[in-house]
Amino acid sequence: MNRLLVVLLVLLVFPGMAAFAQDQPAVTKPAAAVVSAPSLKIDTGDTAWVLISSALVMLMIPGLAFFYGGLVRPKNVLGVLMQCFIILAVLSLQWVIFGYSLAFGPGKGFWGGLQWFMLHGVGAEPYSNYSATIPHQAFMIFQAMFAIITPALIIGAFAERMKFSAFLIFTLLWATFVYDPIAHWVWGIDGWLRNLGALDFAGGTVVHINAGIAALVTAIVIGKRKSYDKHPTPPHNLPFSVLGAALLWFGWFGFNAGSALSANGIATNAFVVTNTAAAAAALSWAMLDWRFNGNPTMLGTISGAVAGLVAITPAAGFVGVGGSIVIGLLVGLFCFISVGFLKHKLGYDDSLDAFGVHGIGGIWGALATGLFATKSVNPGGADGLFFGNPRQFWIQLIAVSVTIVYSFIVTWIIYKVVDKVIGVRVVEKDEAIGLDLTQHNERAYTMLE
Amino acid sequence: MKLIIAIIQPHRLEQVKEQLYKAEVNLITVNEVLGHGRQKGVTEVYRGFKETGNLLRKVRLEIAVNDNFVEPTIKAIINGAQTGEMGDGKIFVVPLEECIRIRTAETGSDAIG
Repeated sequence: MNRLLVVLLVLLVFPGMAAFAQDQPAVTKPAAAVVSAPSLKIDTGDTAWVLISSALVMLMIPGLAFFYGGLVRPKNVLGVLMQCFIILAVLSLQWVIFGYSLAFGPGKGFWGGLQWFMLHGVGAEPYSNYSATIPHQAFMIFQAMFAIITPALIIGAFAERMKFSAFLIFTLLWATFVYDPIAHWVWGIDGWLRNLGALDFAGGTVVHINAGIAALVTAIVIGKRKSYDKHPTPPHNLPFSVLGAALLWFGWFGFNAGSALSANGIATNAFVVTNTAAAAAALSWAMLDWRFNGNPTMLGTISGAVAGLVAITPAAGFVGVGGSIVIGLLVGLFCFISVGFLKHKLGYDDSLDAFGVHGIGGIWGALATGLFATKSVNPGGADGLFFGNPRQFWIQLIAVSVTIVYSFIVTWIIYKVVDKVIGVRVVEKDEAIGLDLTQHNERAYTMLE
Repeated sequence: MKLIIAIIQPHRLEQVKEQLYKAEVNLITVNEVLGHGRQKGVTEVYRGFKETGNLLRKVRLEIAVNDNFVEPTIKAIINGAQTGEMGDGKIFVVPLEECIRIRTAETGSDAIG
């Protein structure tokens, strides 16, 4: 019976796929011919690297799921894994249907426009404004993974208490009205922050500050978890989190080195400084833990590694190894303070420290890019304050401030709208029982067979 | 001396603990257990397959008390665990023959407190 079903499914799906595959060139060819000059030549090495990098960044999403999943209580682990995984599904579709066009379509406005709706004209030919040596679609799918992981980062702030239905709507709106415009301003053709000269190699402002601020807003407006003031909720499966952090570190090579969009020296530099900053931050957090909390902890060390990866993201293509060590060591300190002290002082429940790590780490990284950037690493970049160009620091400050203000206000509006329409937070009883059973009617762990 | 055994809903454990502390009952052993009562568990769905008669997750408390603490302890558990719905659980009170504190080898009522 089951086998019959499988055969039926295969029969149904395959002809459809074949038809689609035949469709594809017919759609893309004429459009691509219009868009780009015929002289652009695809570099196979670059293309292979960007495709592999896209797959590496994709792996960061389940990596993040396990990082977060290990940190919550056992009754909510599937809820967190499910939120990360469903984002992969929802935003993959959003991106190819209209997200990519809004973010990267040419245009001076708020968004790029809808000329690339359904990837119309985004095909095998390179689009020289973004990447002259790889197919336009390779650039598109690489960017898709960034658009997917950014909203997934926010999950850490409202973990263990958001309704799944509200989460879906919130995420889709946030990707469309917060991520897509900011990506357009910073990275898009004619984006105004890009024209201003702001440096953001792999997404310090667009990804980490943006998601970090959204995390702060949602943590504040959704309110604390019921148990938050009574007792801490220790991670239920720290080895999961270590696995997740390791996958994040691995995937981040695609995130940062892939952002060179080319298999060249800048990609290699990004690879090296990414690894170095993560190492420096992991070590610095572990040492701070040891000094101030009595023991070097596993959780502290992986938090440090992630903070280091966040901070080096905007700088990866512009700073040398010396700069990356300073960025890494200091982000360990800043995030250690924000997670260990600031959060408790200010009294918001950022459950898994999405703001404490991504917000603070991202802000430091974007500003540090304005300090440590040097043209000796990347002639296409700029010199920072320490290399005789204080103006770059101000430009970075403007980009950071704009992102903070925009993300803060629009996230708040989206949250309030969703809350009005269907209610964002689960009822108290469901929160006590856990999201796994109440939202998905499943449980992660069984006691008896 | 009595041994009080209570089976409660897992999500009421926090409230029960709070109530017990208020009643100055500070000694408690907690277990995660499976079981079901008269309604034979809820229906769960795994990938479209319905399962009924599942064992449900419960929390089992064991509290050894002197006789004058029996009523306060029972009241505290009810206050903390009662929702009025099916599945709130049960409290069993059984006589306790002896109690020995290992550290000092004290026995009886002294050993409990």
